[in-house]
Amino acid sequence: MLNYIIRRILYTIPIAIGVSLVVFGLVHLAPGDPLSAVMGEVDQKMLAEMRASFGYDKPLPVQYLLWLGNSLTGDMGYSLRTGAPVFRTLIDSAVNTMMIGVAASLLGFVVGVTMGMLAGYHHGTWLDKAVSSATITGVSIPHYWLAILLVIVFSVQFGWLPSMGAGSAASMWSWEAWQHMILPVIALAAIPCAIVARTARACVMEILSMEFVEALRARGLSERRILLHVSRNAMPTVLAVMGLQFAHLLGGSILVETVFTWPGTGYLLNLAIFDRDIPVLQGTILLLALFFVSINLVVDILQTWADPRISRG
Amino acid sequence: MIDKPLVTVEDLTVKFVSRETTVHAVSGVSFTLDKGEVLGILGESGSGKSVTLRALMRLLPPGKTRIAGRIEIARQDVMALDTAGLSRLRGATVAMIFQEPMTALDPVFTIGQQIVEAIVQHEGGSRADAKRRALELLERVQIPSARRRLDAYPHQLSGGLRQRAMIAIALSCRPALLLADEPTTALDATVQIQILLLLRNLQQELGMAMIFVTHDLGAAVEVSHQIAVMYAGRFVERGAVAEVVRHPRHPYTEGLMGSTVHEVEKGTRLTPIRGSPPNLAALPPGCSFAPRCPYVIPRCERAIPELRPIASGGYHPHATRCIRSELVGHPETITA
Repeated sequence: MLNYIIRRILYTIPIAIGVSLVVFGLVHLAPGDPLSAVMGEVDQKMLAEMRASFGYDKPLPVQYLLWLGNSLTGDMGYSLRTGAPVFRTLIDSAVNTMMIGVAASLLGFVVGVTMGMLAGYHHGTWLDKAVSSATITGVSIPHYWLAILLVIVFSVQFGWLPSMGAGSAASMWSWEAWQHMILPVIALAAIPCAIVARTARACVMEILSMEFVEALRARGLSERRILLHVSRNAMPTVLAVMGLQFAHLLGGSILVETVFTWPGTGYLLNLAIFDRDIPVLQGTILLLALFFVSINLVVDILQTWADPRISRG
Repeated sequence: MIDKPLVTVEDLTVKFVSRETTVHAVSGVSFTLDKGEVLGILGESGSGKSVTLRALMRLLPPGKTRIAGRIEIARQDVMALDTAGLSRLRGATVAMIFQEPMTALDPVFTIGQQIVEAIVQHEGGSRADAKRRALELLERVQIPSARRRLDAYPHQLSGGLRQRAMIAIALSCRPALLLADEPTTALDATVQIQILLLLRNLQQELGMAMIFVTHDLGAAVEVSHQIAVMYAGRFVERGAVAEVVRHPRHPYTEGLMGSTVHEVEKGTRLTPIRGSPPNLAALPPGCSFAPRCPYVIPRCERAIPELRPIASGGYHPHATRCIRSELVGHPETITA
């Protein structure tokens, strides 16, 4: 097991290097000069000086190595737009995204697993039908549309909750900070919740049709014990699906964060794209990619623990 | 209380009802079984033998199944039990072992956890005590290095060891009746014999009653006292093992004997039963074996023959559901 974990961690290194190459390559493949977009019309001499000071005059492989080396030490350059250090900006927005990402995951996971398991366990009843139609609605509604709807209903019509920003509370453990989180969290949780519920429902139904469930009944176990067995068997699959959803949420949603102007990575990415702010763009995409790589790592390890049949010695 | 049988089944009928059809899986099975006695139910796939076993424990899904008749086990009316009563009955008074141990054991719980769970459910007590019992049980079913196997998951054991582990779980609460649903069918030939002998020894040592369902005539003969041959949801012949095997009095039993390799000399042709089993959703009005029977006469197809005794005396009087039973064993009498 430990062996497997170490090997699995080592595997992520080449993946991370590949990811950084792709990120760097993609951003530089885009036509046009990053500086001219920001600076507008200036004389060629000054542009050349600026280029040299940002290192954009060097060959691409050298630029890549410099960028990678600096990034590893936490120096990702400065934003072309605000001049603030990219690393600092990234950490701030990542924390913001993580706050609503973790909250949305918890909400989606708890509600999704509960509803999905109940629906699968009571297959064919009105509860199952209600959950099934709710989940189809959940995966079909675009989350930015849901976000706008939430704003219209709860901010505009009722005026109960703020529609913009993260508030100015000093601590995240205050009602004011939470108030700002509620709507974005609901908008973000809808899709993962529906996906997890569908997975859990399908999984539970499949497990209930297996012979060992009949064998457990034949042992005289209570329904509660049987439900425990069923959930233990469903866990690996549900965990894998939830892990991917969690990675998505931690990556931040450009659309939802933009609707709520929530200062997270998604909103940051949106600004960086429109401003052609290359250092910020590169840094954000790299961070999001690394999030995915590490969440996948954690999910893989959790799965080996949850399902003893996955033997990866 | 000696004269009261452990199991009494009267006119057990099981139907699977769906919108389109009604499948008559079991149509009127009756038998009694004493403490420490073994009944072998012999029949081919789809004859209703596994359904009969499950009905005894009311394991069949209630929505689609209609069960009728009387089932009494250890002086409890099984048909009248509520959920809690059924929970107490299952595992503690009646235990069951299944054909395929790989699919009948929970794959993500260890063998030890599954035994401990059953003991704690039925007898309470501490997990440590239950774990000690679990170890004894694994030793009892002759699993080598039992202590290590307590922490093994089902997929880490061989087929034979898995079946032993399943027997250990079934025995964990000292059941008075063990239901064995083709416990040797999925195993290698050498392992089959070991498991069969183990079951017979355990049954004798613990004085358990057992109902052993199989399509393997040899296995049924090895462990049973009385034997019942099942066809299309009915017992077609019943009696003491030696009697039924030596003098089959139903054409189907005779056909089964003729199509097994056990006692046929080398060079003799096996005689398969022609035709195929009837559709349980559309049973014929008369004897359900008539379409395949070499001795058939028009009267066979008119009404279902009674299961009538053909020899009085003996603890398990020989009975058959054939109106021409005296001809069975004399194929030369068939007039074409």
